[in-house]
Amino acid sequence: MQSTTEYGYNSKIEGDAVLTTVDAALAWFRKNSVWPMPMGLACCAIELMAVGASRFDISRFGSEVMRFSPRQADCMIVAGTVTYKAAGFLKRIYDQMPEPKWVIAMGACASTGGMYRSYATLQGVDNVVPVDIYISGCPPRPEAVLDALMKIQEKIGKEPILRDTVIAKALKLS
Amino acid sequence: MTALEFANKIKAKFGDLISEPMEFRGEVEIKLADPEKIFDVCQYAKNIGLDYLVDICSLDNYGNDPRWTVVYHARAIVNGVEIRIKTDVSEEKSELPSVFGVWRTANWHEREVYDLMGIRFSGHPDLRRILMWEGYPYHPLRKDFPLAGKPTDLPGIAFTKVTPMEGGPFVTLPTIDDSGVREPRVRVPEGAEPAISDKRRV
Repeated sequence: MQSTTEYGYNSKIEGDAVLTTVDAALAWFRKNSVWPMPMGLACCAIELMAVGASRFDISRFGSEVMRFSPRQADCMIVAGTVTYKAAGFLKRIYDQMPEPKWVIAMGACASTGGMYRSYATLQGVDNVVPVDIYISGCPPRPEAVLDALMKIQEKIGKEPILRDTVIAKALKLS
Repeated sequence: MTALEFANKIKAKFGDLISEPMEFRGEVEIKLADPEKIFDVCQYAKNIGLDYLVDICSLDNYGNDPRWTVVYHARAIVNGVEIRIKTDVSEEKSELPSVFGVWRTANWHEREVYDLMGIRFSGHPDLRRILMWEGYPYHPLRKDFPLAGKPTDLPGIAFTKVTPMEGGPFVTLPTIDDSGVREPRVRVPEGAEPAISDKRRV
């Protein structure tokens, strides 16, 4: 008996379906719910609060769930001056975040040490953790933080998820 | 009671140990000759009404003897009158009695002086570093400590590196001129050597 099954898109059978790759779909889920870990260390943290408030409203980008526990966060936003004393626990908090994880260095101090060229200040948080996005400014405007968030979404969207990962092995895709 | 009256009262009690009260721009200070007596002087100062310790500062008179000067800012809360009590401490000794028993707030002030200048306070209940971490080997506010710092490593706790000064330090000018004049620039005073840390510049 001949098969009448149609392969490919058929609106009569599938209704309102959208076809995509699993990889793209997972990336889409991931990038639109980045849960930030607000590592507020100095005045940049005040500006970070403004990003979360109604005027700038970080929830438009799916990142309103600020998590103060590193175990529930995806993206550490280092907002402020990192001293050598703070560098140790910053690294420890980063290590406690589950993979995949990203880091935004917010402002001049977190990026390079800023105006603090002294014995006590770490000259850039990239000395202890890998940074994905640097934001310039002292402190940066909330728009700049949102721009960085969009940049990191772009980056997350391009990351291959199902290649050589635990999920891929479970699904026997690679 | 005015600041000068407070100072004279302390002088009357301790006699030659206390210098003549010095007045400068409406602020009064006295100098104590023997740092070992600082607890007694502070106790008396509190008893006559200077009930609040604003701050404890320390000075590094680098190259001079005695090297350290410790400054106590005491205030009477009722009328806001304030006097300074200074005392010199030699580098060999680097120790004087704690005034924690007089003003409890001295606890953290003395820890700060100990941390950044390396002057110890005998009788302090908990003399630990307050800003830098335990095990950091230097006292960074001493004049012979470079602004850019020195490298240290305490595995698992903290490390420090020498900071690139990029030709600095960059300092502002205290002036009423516009921002173009005030803005931070390299300002090496006449005859002074450039920053110790900056090898590229020398």
